[in-house]
Amino acid sequence: MDVRLSAEQQALREAAARLVDDHAPGSVAELDDAARTARLEAALTGSGWRELRAPEDEGRPLASAVETAIVAEELGRGPADASFLGPTLATELRRRAGAEPATALETVLLRPDLSGLVVVEDEQTRCSGVAIDARGVASALALVRTGHGYDLVGVPVAGASPGRDLTRPAAMVEGAAPERLPGAGRRLLTAEDIEAWSAFTLALTCADLVGTMRGAVDLAREYASVRRQYGKAIGSFQSVQHMLADAFVSIEGSSSVTRHAAWAADTLPPGEALAAAAVAKAYCARAAREVCETAIQVHGGIGMTWECLAHIHLRRALLSTQVLGDVGANLARVVAHRKIGGVHDGLR
Amino acid sequence: MDFADSPEEAAFRARLRAWLAENNPKLPQSSTADEYWDGQAPWHRALYDAGFFGLSWPEEIGGHGLPSVYEAIVDEELAQAGAPPRPSLGYLVQGMMRHGGQDVRRRFLPGLVSGRERWCQGFSEPDAGSDLASLRTRAVPRGDEYVITGHKVWTSYSDEADWCLVLARTDPDVPKHRGLSAFAVRMDQPGIEQRPLKMINGVTREFGEVIFDGAVAKASDMVGSPGEGWRLAMTVVSHEREPGELGYVARYSKAVNELVDRLRSAPGRFTEENVRDVAWAVVEAEMLRLHVCRRLSDRLDGISHGPEGSVDKLLMTRVEQAVGHAALGMSNLTGGIEEDTWLKMYLYSRAQSIMGGTSQIQRNLVATRILGLPVA
Repeated sequence: MDVRLSAEQQALREAAARLVDDHAPGSVAELDDAARTARLEAALTGSGWRELRAPEDEGRPLASAVETAIVAEELGRGPADASFLGPTLATELRRRAGAEPATALETVLLRPDLSGLVVVEDEQTRCSGVAIDARGVASALALVRTGHGYDLVGVPVAGASPGRDLTRPAAMVEGAAPERLPGAGRRLLTAEDIEAWSAFTLALTCADLVGTMRGAVDLAREYASVRRQYGKAIGSFQSVQHMLADAFVSIEGSSSVTRHAAWAADTLPPGEALAAAAVAKAYCARAAREVCETAIQVHGGIGMTWECLAHIHLRRALLSTQVLGDVGANLARVVAHRKIGGVHDGLR
Repeated sequence: MDFADSPEEAAFRARLRAWLAENNPKLPQSSTADEYWDGQAPWHRALYDAGFFGLSWPEEIGGHGLPSVYEAIVDEELAQAGAPPRPSLGYLVQGMMRHGGQDVRRRFLPGLVSGRERWCQGFSEPDAGSDLASLRTRAVPRGDEYVITGHKVWTSYSDEADWCLVLARTDPDVPKHRGLSAFAVRMDQPGIEQRPLKMINGVTREFGEVIFDGAVAKASDMVGSPGEGWRLAMTVVSHEREPGELGYVARYSKAVNELVDRLRSAPGRFTEENVRDVAWAVVEAEMLRLHVCRRLSDRLDGISHGPEGSVDKLLMTRVEQAVGHAALGMSNLTGGIEEDTWLKMYLYSRAQSIMGGTSQIQRNLVATRILGLPVA
């Protein structure tokens, strides 16, 4: 056992941090700065990080889930308003199915509550759902059930609009006709494939939450150091210090479970990887809401204004929380895995 | 980055697992019964003699000189076997290794590590709790010895100890942090009286108070230099806050396994809230296991004596108290008529946010020394 990040992984983190520091919005107003978002988009495209889960030899991904999570965390910290989660999840599905890489930016189609992929019973059934993280995206992947497994289908996506998360707009898809993916040599996805994909997805959302928490605490810490009341920086008061200390502690615990979930996604059998991911997601999602709320509280009245970045972090956390199940849904996975549900199945 | 065992680690794990199958003393949880403390010393010696204690410590003090991550394997296997955790004395070892001279290290550390000599730690006093540096116990030189007078409290294992690591004031004329020195003091001498304290869960064997009234320590039993006591104390308490040093992952994982068994043994008797509390205990204990894997891996680069122990202490407290709340849910089923082990486990869990520096002190340290917020 040695769970330190390797030198290459450290370097990747630094590179991702630089990209974010150069191009992520420094204020709420900058969310609308088209020149900046174009620069961020170009930098992210140039980095090749959206292809980390594309296949290399023998169908293995180019980079591990640990490396992908490192990038996701830094983009969450930004907060980077360019699509990454959606395209990465779509690429992961394509690789598992042995499908050709997408020709344009693609995301995944989730059920309206974002709890899982849209699955239709046959190719004649029209697809509805939410294409998450859809900035600049042309299509979204869903599943069609067959006798022997699941096949990938695509639906067109247009007109992403900001919902709860102002950094990652989503697109509603209503009644779209599914299209089979072109190309031969594709294989059907098994239930185990979907489990493994879900574990990977949860690990990435955890990494995004860890980054979001870091961004929120950095913001609050800076504010507490400059905002003065009673003639002193408010960060010198124990009541404020203790809130920020608790937030930092939550980040550290979240970071530890996330590192394991990301490792497990590529290493453990799918059922075990999903259990590890559920532990991580329950922990991180509970922590993230509290930490982002703390960031607002530390800002006082300023924290309630649209112009303060604190709510941008909170909103991003709320979306990441919902993807593939919130706190309760993942605690229910823990209950099922440890077989402690008893006769009460209300948690399942 | 790999959570899996190397071949050497896997072989070690298998050897430990086989040994535990034959040598588990099946003691009750330390937080629930005095009987644990009767069995703790034999358990320490058995674990040491079999080669499963002090794995990451140097061989010259009785350790094995192995990478720090072996401690994580020990904790996992102890919990899996339902065995008692490893004895929590790494913080004394770290303090003496860092500050003690060659002679002190050679004389005291092998006995401490092997469990042949029992130690307690005399830091806190009735009027010096969070403000430890204001302590009033005096050590006055007399020939080649020091005469010690004062009152220590919350002294864990004082009833069993052969030695006490005492923090005392040797120079009353300098600022309070600079006038302290540390001594190894023999407990079986006139001038020392030890009284057990009964805890809120009824346990009487875990901690006590010690009165020093003209007790004597040889000058050569000073640990570190005169005036180095505060720095030694800070090394000791920073490691006392680390679950990886304490071996507490085994404690919590074992408790969680017991909670899970309890739920499975009587399905239908528990409410959704009971189940939810146990599920959170599972999540919290697993978090700590993974966090300790991370911290012990970081130690492969060399040990740090920094403030991150305060982060770990706060995480560990959340775990212990989540486990405590889940245990309370199990306890409620007895109708409150007789005190049961679950209730004792819950009551004991309240100590974790107090001992080794309160959670409020830890938050001060995290805020000022890690987050860089201004000192009040």
